Amino acid sequence: MSKEKFIEKILLFIALSSIAILGLIAFFIFVEGVPLIWKVGLQKFLLGDRWFPSQGSFGVLPMIMGSFLVTLGALIVGVPLGVSCAVFLCELTPPTFGLIIRPMIQLLAAIPSVIFGFWGLIVLVPLIRENLGGPGLSVLAGSLVLGLMILPTIISISEDALRALPRTFKEGALSLGATHWQTIWRVLLPAARSGIVASIILGMGRAIGETMAMIMILGNAVQTPLSILDSARTLTTNIGIEMGYATGDHRQALFATGVILFFIIMGLNSLALIVSRRRGP
Amino acid sequence: MCSRTLRRKGRKITLPAGLDKGMKERKMGRRFIWLFFLFWPMVLNGCQQQKGGFTIAGSTSVQPFAEMLSEEYMAQHAQDKIFIQGGGSSAGVQAVRTDAAQVGMSSRNLTPAEQDLIAVPIAYDAIVIIVHPKNPIRNLTREEIRGVFSGRIRNWSEIGGRSHPITLVSREEGSGTREAFQHLIMGKEEISLRALVQDSNGAIRQVIADDPNAIGYISLGLVNDRVNALPIDGVEPSVENIKNKRYQFIRPFLFIFKHEPQESEKKFLSYILSIEGQKILVHEGLVSVASISTPPTGILK
Repeated sequence: MSKEKFIEKILLFIALSSIAILGLIAFFIFVEGVPLIWKVGLQKFLLGDRWFPSQGSFGVLPMIMGSFLVTLGALIVGVPLGVSCAVFLCELTPPTFGLIIRPMIQLLAAIPSVIFGFWGLIVLVPLIRENLGGPGLSVLAGSLVLGLMILPTIISISEDALRALPRTFKEGALSLGATHWQTIWRVLLPAARSGIVASIILGMGRAIGETMAMIMILGNAVQTPLSILDSARTLTTNIGIEMGYATGDHRQALFATGVILFFIIMGLNSLALIVSRRRGP
Repeated sequence: MCSRTLRRKGRKITLPAGLDKGMKERKMGRRFIWLFFLFWPMVLNGCQQQKGGFTIAGSTSVQPFAEMLSEEYMAQHAQDKIFIQGGGSSAGVQAVRTDAAQVGMSSRNLTPAEQDLIAVPIAYDAIVIIVHPKNPIRNLTREEIRGVFSGRIRNWSEIGGRSHPITLVSREEGSGTREAFQHLIMGKEEISLRALVQDSNGAIRQVIADDPNAIGYISLGLVNDRVNALPIDGVEPSVENIKNKRYQFIRPFLFIFKHEPQESEKKFLSYILSIEGQKILVHEGLVSVASISTPPTGILK
């Protein structure tokens, strides 16, 4: 066998092994989690609102609602900020300024989530508790922190989408007499829509998966939050906070929570792929 | 892209540096293969760690104290190796049953189904109710605590405090402290699902210290001046009151064995039950075995 072929085989093997690891993890999660869902009943597991694993009540509806609401909150904070920042970087800032800002945004992505969590706990939580009431450990605090955490994803992918547009779009709009703002709002943003939506979906994936910071600032109460000042628990924090002591059915229930998460993340990533492949008009 | 400048078809392609230096490449490759083999001894090593020592596993409430004791002990007896793992009380019992560990740690009494195992109390711990120091409440009855933690009482004014909603703080399902609180104070009543959940005693203390309207429960040993430990039914949670049995919300810290302990385990256990070992535990806020029950010297014979 020639050296060339040999190296190709090795690379193929390494590439396949990373996929195999993904497969193994998925397999293990399902083997551990699915029997419990089967035992409890899918409907009871998904729609039950009582979580007392030591007494045999396994309802993850509050966690699903918690994940959903906190992620929604994060998008409300993160999307306007992120997309405007991408537009600013792409269209409005002089290139030198962008050279300073872009590394700073990358730095934001490099901050460990435990630091975000700690900052939220020490700064945001007391602010919310003293000014708005409630325990402070709340959906509001979680959404604000998570909104910041998904910024780098949204900014960088949206910016790429805007930059990938043919220059003629902008030139055409301007030569027709549109102002710069009209060009951005009416031409560039709609044209880059698919990329921007993909960035939002990937940001959502990041938000749903975040665990450490959320354990620290959400308060982890097993209830469907009725106000943004209420505490909540997400699917990931449910696993993170209880894995230390879980045995038997309780442990399996945490894997089952992982199964639900797996489907949500798979769904979101597939959606992002579909959206980003479909080119805008 | 792999090369430094790789542009679209037909334009300019610069090959990565060093592709022509075949010999050098091949040596590099071999070095990486050796790296793989380097890992194997590490993996194998991991499996043999129990040789010449024993493993203690179980309750994470007992774990920090066991670690402290084993450090002290190993400093004096360098030849003995003790490995300590968490996992929770039930996991500890399970580990002893399956011989995954030689000694189990439990922060609850053995259940009737576990009576075939040998349990040795090494210390006692009290569960206390804590509030913010600024909270005007100075005493709660057990009934009031049940009402608060089950969610029936939601405002401090209902039990003689300021008019403000109560922030409940609890431990997560499976925790030994939660189990003890449930068993000792709540009885059959459920802890409200509205309660905030923190995953350690320290985290609960932090939340209570920050929030003037919060209430929670932790180990007596972890109470500090940033929180106020409340008397229950008029009985102050103090070592004094635990000794004279007036404060009853205590739980044992047990070491669990499947058979008669081996020589090295016996030596460690007798160190813990010695005056020196007990002094360390008392210093950390636990209550010594001797002040509650007669020390189990029988097993050490």
